[in-house]
Amino acid sequence: MSKANKNGVREPLIHLSKRDSIHPGKALVIRLIAVVLGLVVCGLVAFLLIERLQQKPERIGDFYYSFIKGAFGTSRKFWKFLKNVSILLCISLALTPAFRMRFWNIGGEGQTLIGVLACIGVDFYWGGKLPEPLLLVLMLLAALAAGALWGTIPALFKAKWGTNETLFTLMMNYVATFLVSFFLMIWVTSGSGVLPQMKTGKLPTLGDNSYLLIILIVLALTIAMYVYLRYSKHGYEISVVGESVRTAQYVGINEKKVIIRTMILSGALCGLAGYLIGAGLDLSVSADSVGGQGFTAIMVSWLGKFNPLAMILTSGLIQVLNQGAAQISQDFDVPGALPNVIVGIILFFIIGSEFFLNYRVHFRKGKETVK
Amino acid sequence: MEKKLALQMRGITKRFGTVLANDHLDLDVYQGEILAILGENGCGKTTLMNMIAGIYFPDEGEILIDGKEVVIRSPKDAFDHRIGMVHQHFKLVDLFTAAENVVLGTQSDEKYNLKAVNAEVNQIADRYGFHLDPAKKIYDMSVSEKQTVEIIKVLYRGADILILDEPTAVLTPQEITRLFAVLRRMRTDGKSIIIITHKLNEVMEVSDRVAILRRGQHVATVRTAETNEADLTTMMVGRRIDLNIHRSQPVNALPRLIVEGLNLYNAEGIHVLKDISFTSNGGEILGIAGIAGSGQRELLESISGLQPVASGKITFFNPKKDRPVSFFHKSMKQVRALADKGAFHDRNMNSVNFRGMRSKAVRKMVKDGDVLFREDEVMNLRDKDPLEIRRLGIHLSFVPEDRLGMGLVGSMNITDNMMLRSYRKGPAGFLNRKKPKAQAETIIRDLEIVTPGVGTPVRRLSGGNVQKVLVGREIAYTPKVLMAAYPVRGLDIGSSYTIYNLLNRQKESGVAVIYVGEDLDVLLELCDRIMVMNGGAVTGIVDARTTTKEEIGLLMVKTDERKEAEDA
Repeated sequence: MSKANKNGVREPLIHLSKRDSIHPGKALVIRLIAVVLGLVVCGLVAFLLIERLQQKPERIGDFYYSFIKGAFGTSRKFWKFLKNVSILLCISLALTPAFRMRFWNIGGEGQTLIGVLACIGVDFYWGGKLPEPLLLVLMLLAALAAGALWGTIPALFKAKWGTNETLFTLMMNYVATFLVSFFLMIWVTSGSGVLPQMKTGKLPTLGDNSYLLIILIVLALTIAMYVYLRYSKHGYEISVVGESVRTAQYVGINEKKVIIRTMILSGALCGLAGYLIGAGLDLSVSADSVGGQGFTAIMVSWLGKFNPLAMILTSGLIQVLNQGAAQISQDFDVPGALPNVIVGIILFFIIGSEFFLNYRVHFRKGKETVK
Repeated sequence: MEKKLALQMRGITKRFGTVLANDHLDLDVYQGEILAILGENGCGKTTLMNMIAGIYFPDEGEILIDGKEVVIRSPKDAFDHRIGMVHQHFKLVDLFTAAENVVLGTQSDEKYNLKAVNAEVNQIADRYGFHLDPAKKIYDMSVSEKQTVEIIKVLYRGADILILDEPTAVLTPQEITRLFAVLRRMRTDGKSIIIITHKLNEVMEVSDRVAILRRGQHVATVRTAETNEADLTTMMVGRRIDLNIHRSQPVNALPRLIVEGLNLYNAEGIHVLKDISFTSNGGEILGIAGIAGSGQRELLESISGLQPVASGKITFFNPKKDRPVSFFHKSMKQVRALADKGAFHDRNMNSVNFRGMRSKAVRKMVKDGDVLFREDEVMNLRDKDPLEIRRLGIHLSFVPEDRLGMGLVGSMNITDNMMLRSYRKGPAGFLNRKKPKAQAETIIRDLEIVTPGVGTPVRRLSGGNVQKVLVGREIAYTPKVLMAAYPVRGLDIGSSYTIYNLLNRQKESGVAVIYVGEDLDVLLELCDRIMVMNGGAVTGIVDARTTTKEEIGLLMVKTDERKEAEDA
């Protein structure tokens, strides 16, 4: 050790340094450790809380068993899991090109909801009057157009007047929600405010599984998006604009055009997710049709590092957490807030692990540790 | 006479992550001497000084002042030990006067008495021969005056050991001479001065001893009187380097780019380019000299179509040559009319006319490049964006000063960066990475770029290698005009000479090269003509072979008479 220590001067106990790069295997290990730690902490928290609330001892193993059961317990649950992942993934895929362009589109919720509204609107007015296939196509087009419109408005304002897209897309969510309430007032004459399920305009089922078509559509979309971002000229332009607008101008890329084009795509794909919800699942619309998945999708996209293939995993992870937490709340008869606590804790660990991916932690005495 | 040691460093070590910035360095500084610290970028000069100034704390090692071990944990500690540092980037409050900046942050129980401060500032200035008005606001000051304030600030706090980090980088030759005179007076006064630089001639001129660092290690400390520039370079780089730029006489230098009466206002409405006129010839290097921020960047950006100009002409000129007819600048009707006049010929020099041919057939011939005509290529570049300039077929290359913010995309690999200019080629929709990849491999080989492979993000490369990628790409595009803004800024000596040689080779192959530089010695050795700018105006265009550094220095600070008249 240096002599300076004799004078009472100490190197700080912990100091951090930025990593230049990290071996992918090491990164994977750090992430796995984070998930495992998160689960352990969750288990302990849930165990203690449940014991407190129920006034009777539970075995901690039961908690994990219940958690796994949420997504994988029965074949029905598993299909439901796949369906939920698909919808979430679809919205995440829609947001990803905008994010890669550093256009912070947090209006996925509204863009999807307006897509649901548009397709159910077409169904409401023309359902039964048109042949079913034509109706379905019309519903699809309406959903795509509505989503694209919702995405393009903030992009136009950003390109023309440099408005902040984060606030703008966020506000558009509320406009979409209130538009839904408005139309429900017109459409629902009973005064209940709940639109009964449509009899027409339902996506066909493949075999006897009503979710399979949706799952396949989203799978195809995932691959298409991966190829688009990585191998197409558009994808290349998106990356250049996202990294540096000045570089884009320098090589003659019209960054405004790219922003608008990408947001049309992003919005339209949200509209597609809306169509899958409207025509494929709910056959109805309410202010809660998307149920916050537009926001969860932001996290899916970020955790997946904007890589569509990685996002399959991250959306799956989030969905396992959601369904597992819901199962716990059901099995142990605890308040609905507990699942949110569990999901929060695990996400905290996962997002926290990013820190250790970017920084190396040194302890005094020259000892170096990974975590 | 044996001088007293002022500062000793023993075994100083500092790591940043895996990078060893300072590796067990020992350094002595005596009272009443000017010690130059010489080394290439990234050799750890600034890191070492930051540890003396209390900005970093060493991982290992000890610092002794007047023979006693001290601990410097903050800039305040450094001041308590009478150490002061003048940073490369000034740390002044723009809205304050010189005197206010000087007292800022000094902690004393006395009442704040600006008059006394003014008097003391004047006294310090007189003692060392500075020229400074203590009541002048910082925003009214030139770079050299701001530097003076920084130095006085340090002296006011009673520093006996002064560290100057690249003080001459922003000064004109005359200002450098004045600064050195001040430094010598301080030396006589018994102060220890440490000056960080990478300019050899300045080291030879002003220092008593030179400490040479290489890759974080102390290579040697030598007496300036007992060494020479060639030896210093060898110690600095670790091998012998040819420090000559082989400038050839321009052959057949004809106008290639003509700029006339160019005016530009920036986004804030400030007149940043004033009536600029010059000609850049093919086969010649035109240097642009001037204090940083005199309009050099704006000039190059407006030529390359990035900034819309207010008035003036930018003309690209290419002498008589056979070239294919294109529909880009002529319609079918115009093409037919010109053909009737006998303006066109085919590859065998037979006259071509389209009488009786269908438009579809004509279009096919033109598209296939079978119809040629002979003319001077005179094209107006004004009000055209970079893409339009490119579509006109004008090979205008531009190496911008902001490499990773403008010229390249840091997170992309070398192949994808090579594509930036050419990705639009080929079938619509999808990228073809084959050719860019081959190109990337070529420049890695030809320019000796150090990289793990073509797939490494350029941000991971060192400054010199980043620049080689950028210059390599711009040259691969076979330019007719090549503009380079500060292409060697931050590069080590070896890489700098690689770039000079590349520019020279471009010149010899007939390219009109425009080189914006800051090192006057290099400008004098490399360029054929030098245009000097100040405050957005051209203050002179001189022959680089006959002019002197002093003449350029005077032009760099010469104000435009018309502007003076306007202001009066």
